[in-house]
Amino acid sequence: MADFFFHTTLGQILLIVLESLAVLVPLLLGVAYLTLAERKVMAAMQLRKGPNVNGPFGVLQAFADAIKMLTKETVIPAGANRMLFLFAPFLTFSLAMIAWAVIPTGNGLAIANINVGILYLLAISSLGVYGMLIAGWASNSKYAFLGGLRSAAQMVSYEVSIGLVIVCVLLAVGSLNLNDIVLAQRHVWFCLPMFPMFIVFFISALAETNRAPFDLPEGESELVAGFFVEYSALAFGLFFLGEYANMFLMSGMVSILFLGGWLPPLGIAPFTWIPGPLWLIAKILFCLFVFIWVRATFPRYRYDQLMRLGWKVFLPFSLAWMVLTAGFLMVTGLLPGGVG
Amino acid sequence: MGTLSKAARSMLLSELVAGMGVTLKAFFKPKATINYPYEKGVLSPRFRGEHALRRYPNGEERCIACKLCEATCPAEAITIEAEPRDDGSRRTTRYDIDMTKCIYCGLCEEACPVDAIVEGPNYEFATETREELMYNKDKLLANGDRWESVLARRLELDAPYR
Repeated sequence: MADFFFHTTLGQILLIVLESLAVLVPLLLGVAYLTLAERKVMAAMQLRKGPNVNGPFGVLQAFADAIKMLTKETVIPAGANRMLFLFAPFLTFSLAMIAWAVIPTGNGLAIANINVGILYLLAISSLGVYGMLIAGWASNSKYAFLGGLRSAAQMVSYEVSIGLVIVCVLLAVGSLNLNDIVLAQRHVWFCLPMFPMFIVFFISALAETNRAPFDLPEGESELVAGFFVEYSALAFGLFFLGEYANMFLMSGMVSILFLGGWLPPLGIAPFTWIPGPLWLIAKILFCLFVFIWVRATFPRYRYDQLMRLGWKVFLPFSLAWMVLTAGFLMVTGLLPGGVG
Repeated sequence: MGTLSKAARSMLLSELVAGMGVTLKAFFKPKATINYPYEKGVLSPRFRGEHALRRYPNGEERCIACKLCEATCPAEAITIEAEPRDDGSRRTTRYDIDMTKCIYCGLCEEACPVDAIVEGPNYEFATETREELMYNKDKLLANGDRWESVLARRLELDAPYR
């Protein structure tokens, strides 16, 4: 049996498909339930109960939403570029999915344990902006266009500080491999020594996923829904799923870079009994809760405030912290790779 | 000192953290939601809902066709026609309320000298067609018969303040 999977071409293809399914199915289910969780948590924070009619505690609401979404009509606006219009949601959705190829759920447990994992993640999350730009442009609507422009500007701005924060982590690890990054946190999670960078990364992640308080690209009060105003039915659903999958991805990145990935908080008995993937899931869920918590708490930023925060606060701050980290590692001789 | 503490506050995100503390507290508070339609809110005896025409305990309708309600109705939703009955008493032959015009101000109820037209506690009278909201005398009297016990109780509770 093992022979078939590891030594024949068909077996290897099958193995990859199975591995992908093992990641994608829980991910999609998680995304479906994240929408419900968001409504429940937001409701609780606003002294409401949220959906509670479909099934116990509303657990079937996610499926009700999905069925509704699938049975609606796909409207393609007049003057829209049909090809690009339909291509954009698929791009957004598939990009949010393929990024999961490199996320390790346990020691070496990734579909692709590649040496440039973090670069791959950066590349994929930067590509995500294309889906929004294309959607905004192809819709032939001024709201969608403005939303697309805003999201492009916003994602580019915050990617810079995300990149610099990642550089700080890389300096301390000495590897671009996500597995190595997690293993480097055996003794202490990076969220403690690099706490400010952890916060900067988390806030940038909020901006990167277009979440409140940085949800200007889809600001209801001014742009109706931003770049996906014109979308309906399945295409809208794909955007929606892609967006929530991106939240999962960003939470995964926060967990891996700063919260020790699949590692238990302490390497002693009661914690080590729980398997690694569960720790990772728990950390991702915690991050998602904070995502929703932040949304329930803060009002939306003004656009110039958003840009100011990105370029005039986060960029110099993370740059300074990067220099500080590099200097500290150099002086103390802790720089990995034996350069220091 | 002022600028320093202000800078420290903004760098440490203290106000943001305080805000998140407020929402987290709310997260664990008992919820204000009422599980309508399984659970309903408490109504004041003065609540102005669907109209009803009441009767005396002997079954005689109260309305004496004085048309004060028709005259006072600011939305002109009430239409009354009247003529003397065989026993010589003045009664309505037609008492219509256009529920789509009505603004539920309660002036008809206040104007009525015999407590005939009242606004009851019922607010669940949505219909599928517009025509069903053109109430006639039969419908209003039927409402009165249906809600009489509640209506009498409400009037009694509110009597000291009238």
